Amino acid sequence: MRSRDDSPIVLIVSRALCPFIMLFGAYVITHGHYSPGGGFQGGAMLAAGVLLIRLTAGSQISEILFKRSWGTPAGVSGVFIFFAVGLTAMFFGGEFLNYDYFFIPTVTGPMLRSASILIIEIGVGLAVMGILVSIYDDLMEEDPKRGDI
Amino acid sequence: MSEIQSIAAMILISIGTFFLFVGSWGIVRLPDFYSRTHAVSLSDTMGIILVLGGLMVYEGFTLQSAKLFIAIVFMALAGPTGSHAIARAAFRAGLKPLFSGGRKEKETDATGT
Repeated sequence: MRSRDDSPIVLIVSRALCPFIMLFGAYVITHGHYSPGGGFQGGAMLAAGVLLIRLTAGSQISEILFKRSWGTPAGVSGVFIFFAVGLTAMFFGGEFLNYDYFFIPTVTGPMLRSASILIIEIGVGLAVMGILVSIYDDLMEEDPKRGDI
Repeated sequence: MSEIQSIAAMILISIGTFFLFVGSWGIVRLPDFYSRTHAVSLSDTMGIILVLGGLMVYEGFTLQSAKLFIAIVFMALAGPTGSHAIARAAFRAGLKPLFSGGRKEKETDATGT
């Protein structure tokens, strides 16, 4: 399905680099509460991994990796995770996003705060990834069989 | 041992900085899109590899130097591929290279770069 004009060098190198970019994005998201990084940066890296394949191989092949219709649901569910954690803490008696009052069975104290920050970061990363990919998809209306480079 | 490491790191980082300087000079000085791409792609990749290699030598066998090695590998893969993609896209978009004889040709053909 690759068209005759595509450069094999760009295609092979981006295919080799994409899993590492997405793995590093997941690392940045899940270590956001210990080290530099966090949900926004990791989500931008995950979106960069998707958009690299989308630029080089064309949007038809990259539907295997991330479908065009998944962008908005990913963004909405990320925002939902964020507000679910915040409102759960509010429901159990604290303020909005007061991690001490978040409820996980048999987890208390600093572990509870760390785990709820991790859930927040996952939600933020999911939202950023979905929204960035869907912005790209809305801007690019093109022939789906062709890559751009 | 530590002094040898420091001296080797200094030499590697100095050579790498020289390569980076030559690449930046090439961007400012060369007349054409393709020659600018050529200058910056080759010398920038070499300079970054040398600077990070010097930092690796300075660090020794630690986790930090392993991370620097991974950064070198990805930089060596991604830099030349990026400049290949840019030059190829420019060529397919119809940008003519600047041939000899041409200040006049430069003004007519390749000004849009």
